[in-house]
Amino acid sequence: MFAVATAGILVSMGLALTRAFLGPTVYDRVMAVNVFGTKTVLLIAVLGFLTERPEFLDLALVYALINFIANIAVLKFFELGDLGRSFRIDGGGD
Amino acid sequence: MALALDVLSWVAIVGGLFFMIVGTIGVLRMPDVFTRMHAAGMTDTMGAGLLILGMCLQAGLGLVLVRLVLVYVFLMFTSPISSHAVTRAALASGVVPYTKRKEG
Repeated sequence: MFAVATAGILVSMGLALTRAFLGPTVYDRVMAVNVFGTKTVLLIAVLGFLTERPEFLDLALVYALINFIANIAVLKFFELGDLGRSFRIDGGGD
Repeated sequence: MALALDVLSWVAIVGGLFFMIVGTIGVLRMPDVFTRMHAAGMTDTMGAGLLILGMCLQAGLGLVLVRLVLVYVFLMFTSPISSHAVTRAALASGVVPYTKRKEG
């Protein structure tokens, strides 16, 4: 059961990675990498069940949070060219 | 009982894989960022949700179940926020949404 799930997730990761390589704009690439990261979380969880070591779920949790933070940071960098500046022009915090 | 749980988790996992693969095919084939985002959102809700439901049915009661539910909760919090941020950044940087009128 979990071997089938692993194979399917790997196929889907391959498709997402193809879009990340092809993507015409940088936002296509960021979105594809985000999808790839979600698939990686699920792959880690399924691998934990496949090898009967459910401790892998902790890694999946951490990876989900790191993936989210990295995605937001990369987006902010490409939108503003800078990680320190605020999103609003009039100086308010974001 | 165990057989029923196995059948249910097979159904959930195969359904999750179906939604996930169809969603990534959509990511690959849709015409622009915003339509691709729609397909990507479907893999995050139905795909991840059904896969984690299938794993929950195999885990039994215990800490493993709590961790699976936590993974699902974190995915449900972070995935809409990332989609929103990508869309906002793409719109702000001047990506024009794909419409039928633009082509004709």
